[in-house]
Amino acid sequence: MAQAPGKRPLSPHLEIWRWGPAMLVSILHRITGNGLAFVGLALLLWWIGALAGGPASYQTFLDWIWLAPAGGLQTVTAILGKIVLVGLTWAFFQHMATGIRHFVLDIGAGYELEANARWSSLTILFSVAATSVFWAFVLLH
Amino acid sequence: MGNGTSIGRVRGLGSSHQGTHHWLTARLTAVGNLVLIPFLMISLALMPAHDYATVHAWAAKPLPATALILIMINTFQHARLGVQVMLEDYIHEEGGKIAAWLLVNIVPFAGAAFGIVAVVRIALGSA
Repeated sequence: MAQAPGKRPLSPHLEIWRWGPAMLVSILHRITGNGLAFVGLALLLWWIGALAGGPASYQTFLDWIWLAPAGGLQTVTAILGKIVLVGLTWAFFQHMATGIRHFVLDIGAGYELEANARWSSLTILFSVAATSVFWAFVLLH
Repeated sequence: MGNGTSIGRVRGLGSSHQGTHHWLTARLTAVGNLVLIPFLMISLALMPAHDYATVHAWAAKPLPATALILIMINTFQHARLGVQVMLEDYIHEEGGKIAAWLLVNIVPFAGAAFGIVAVVRIALGSA
């Protein structure tokens, strides 16, 4: 009764449980969603703003995120740009797949342990495959 | 709703009286994203080049311009709702809550407005 607030028993949290596919995709949904919101939408606004600004501002956008004709710092940002763009593509596909998983869970289906774990794992398989196919197509066609 | 019993009067309301609207809007905008974002990605992937002339000519056409403006509305709203839930889960101090409230209610609208102005400018050819 007279316990100090810090000594009170806590409910079991992440570090207690053995990791499983459902836990992983649950937190991935949040991470990818917020990554897309903060990084993806910022990049979208830079892109559309640069496109609206005219040829010079659009070229600046391309140079800094991809082409790096000036070398130096641009070489670094262009490598980061490619990593971020591929990362955002993966984040989108992962968030889309787990989002569709949520629609299925919303109608009350897919809670059986085995099915839940299987569909959770499949979202990761899908996002990696879709990202690979997308970038293979962009770079090769 | 409700039949006069205490559970009937509160069912569906939640403590804030509008939680289901938040939840449903997240789902509704998710469906919008399911159409809009693949449209953007496939369009970009199919372009023969990504120089200014090609991308600008594409974005200025009515259908892509409409899709881009819808993305500014729909995707920013979806992101706003999701970020709000994340902040509600992790921020517990009063000052932080006020900062989060300001962020969630100002930044997405500012971003969306900027994006819409940019698309309109591209579509109406004044750049």
